[in-house]
Amino acid sequence: MKPEEAAQSAADAASTDPFIFLFTVFVLAIFVGYYVVWNVTPALHSPLMSVTNAISSVIVVGALIAAGPAELDFSKVMGFIAVTLASINIFGGFIVSQRMLRMYRKRR
Amino acid sequence: MHADLTGLAYLAAAICFIMALRGLSSPETARRGNAIGIAGMVIAVATTLADPGVVSFELIAAGVVIGGAIGTIIALRIQMTALPQLVAAFHSLVGLAAVAVATAAFYAPEAYGIGTVGDIKTASLIEMAIGTAVGAVTFTGSVVAFAKLQGLVSGAPLVFRGQHPLNAGLGAVLVLLVVWLCLAEAPLVYWLIVILALALGFLIIVPIGGADMPVVISMLNSYSGWAACGIGFTLSNTLLIVTGALVGSSGAILSYIMCRGMNRSFFSVILGGFGVEGGQAAGGDDDERHVKAGSAEDAAFVLKNASKVIVVPGYGMAVAQAQHALREMCDTLKGQGIDIAYAIHPVAGRMPGHMNVLLAEASVPYDEVFELEDINNEFATADVAYVIGANDVTNPAAKSDPESAIFGMPILEVEKASTVLFVKRSLASGYAGVDNELFYRDNTMMLFDDAKKMTEEIVQSL
Repeated sequence: MKPEEAAQSAADAASTDPFIFLFTVFVLAIFVGYYVVWNVTPALHSPLMSVTNAISSVIVVGALIAAGPAELDFSKVMGFIAVTLASINIFGGFIVSQRMLRMYRKRR
Repeated sequence: MHADLTGLAYLAAAICFIMALRGLSSPETARRGNAIGIAGMVIAVATTLADPGVVSFELIAAGVVIGGAIGTIIALRIQMTALPQLVAAFHSLVGLAAVAVATAAFYAPEAYGIGTVGDIKTASLIEMAIGTAVGAVTFTGSVVAFAKLQGLVSGAPLVFRGQHPLNAGLGAVLVLLVVWLCLAEAPLVYWLIVILALALGFLIIVPIGGADMPVVISMLNSYSGWAACGIGFTLSNTLLIVTGALVGSSGAILSYIMCRGMNRSFFSVILGGFGVEGGQAAGGDDDERHVKAGSAEDAAFVLKNASKVIVVPGYGMAVAQAQHALREMCDTLKGQGIDIAYAIHPVAGRMPGHMNVLLAEASVPYDEVFELEDINNEFATADVAYVIGANDVTNPAAKSDPESAIFGMPILEVEKASTVLFVKRSLASGYAGVDNELFYRDNTMMLFDDAKKMTEEIVQSL
C-alpha cells in the first residue's frame, strides 16, 4: 500500500459511523461473555444469575442522567422511577449473591 | 468530568464486571469476584453523577435510598428455596427500568444528545424502540414466571387455540409500529409499542409449564441483558452495551445448557404446552405391577450396611425443605465410614444450579457434589442410590423407549446401583407425565412420605 493510500484509508477509518464503533464493542463483548460464562462452574449457576442480574442494573447510569436535570418534568419522574427500580436490583442482587457465595464451603 | 475520562472510567467498570463473572469459575474466587463487581457498579454510578448534566441530586438520593433499602431487606430475608422467584422478580425490575429510561429519552432527547423532541435521530428511535420493547417483554414475562414459581397461579401450561399465530401476528405488528415510529415519532405510537410488548411478554410465558422454568428464567435473564444493550445503543453508552452483551450471552448459554439437559430444542420449550401439573396417577387399571414399599427402619438398615451411597436430590427436596435433614443423615452415615456423594442433574430444581445452592445452604461441602457427567459412572459401584424428590431425571425410559416424551434426555443412571431408595409421596408420574418403571423393579424400595419427614425418621433409626 502506498503512503497516500494508507493515509486515505486511515481517514476513512476515522470517519466510521459511530454506530459501527458501538456495534464492534457489542460483538466483542458477546465473545468475551461467551468464553467467560462457559468457564463458570455449574455449581455456581444460581449465583451467576443473581450477579448478572445485579450488573445488568448498570442501566442506572441512563436513569441518573434522566433524573439529574434541574427542572422537574415527565422525563425526570421516569428517571426517578428507573433509579429506584435499578437500586432495588443492585443492592438486592449483590447482597443475595454474597449470601449464596458465603455458603459454599470445602470439606473440612 | 471530561468525556474522555468518563469513557475510561466506564471501561474500568466494564472490566470489573467481566472479572466478577470470571470469579465464578470457582467457589474460592467467587466472593472476591462479587466484591469486584460491586466496585465496578460504584465506579459507574460515581462517574455518571459527575456528568455535567446531572445537577439535582434530591430525587436521585431518594431513589437510591428507597430502592437500596427495599433491595437490601428482600435480599437478607429471602429463603434460599424461594430463590427462583426472587430472580424472576429482579428480572422484571430490570425490564421495567429499561422501559422507564427509554421513555425518559423519548421525552427529553436533549439530555442524551440524540436530537430534540419531534426530531430524534432515526437510528436512536429504532434503538429506543427495541430497548423499550425488549424491556417490556422482560417485565411482563418475568411477572408471569414469578407468579408461577411463587404458586400465585397454577404452574400448568396455559394453551389455547391460535396461540402461536396470535403471538407471531403481534410480533409482526410490533415491527410495523417501530417503522411507523421512525416515520412519525408520535408519542401515541411509542406507547402502542410499550403496550403491545407488555402483552406479548405475558402471552409468550403463559404456555410454559413449571418444570420448564429453568429455561424461562435463563431466557429472561438473557432478555434483560439485551434490553440494557438496546438502551446502551440509544444513549451511545459503551458500558451499558458491554454489560448488556455479557448478561445477554450468559442467559443464552444457560438456556442452552438447560435445554440440553432435557434434550429439547429451545423452540419446543418456548412454544410451550409441555408438562402436567403435579403428575398423574401412574399406569392404567390394567396393570397391577408389584411395588416394594419400605419404612424408615428398612431404609436405615439398607443404608447402614452400604459402603457407598449416592444422593440424588430433586425439586421435591426443595419443596419439602429437606436439605438440612438430608445433610444430617449423610453426616451420620459418614460417621460410620460410609462414602457419600451427591449427584446433580442439570435441570434439577427450578433454576440453574438450584440444588447446589440448597445443599450449600445445608453446609454440604461443594466437593462432595458432582455434576451428571462426572458421577454417572459411579452408580455401578454404589450400594445405594438415595433419590429424594427427583423422578424424570432418573427414568431409564429416556434411554430405552423411543416413544417416550423424555427419550434422549440425559439421565442419572441410578438403576445401576445395587439398591435404589425412592423418597416420594406417591407413585404419581413426574412433570413429563411419564411413568417411571424403576418404581417396579426388584432392587427398588419406595419410601412413601414427605421427603423431610422420611429423612428425619431415617436419621432417628440410624
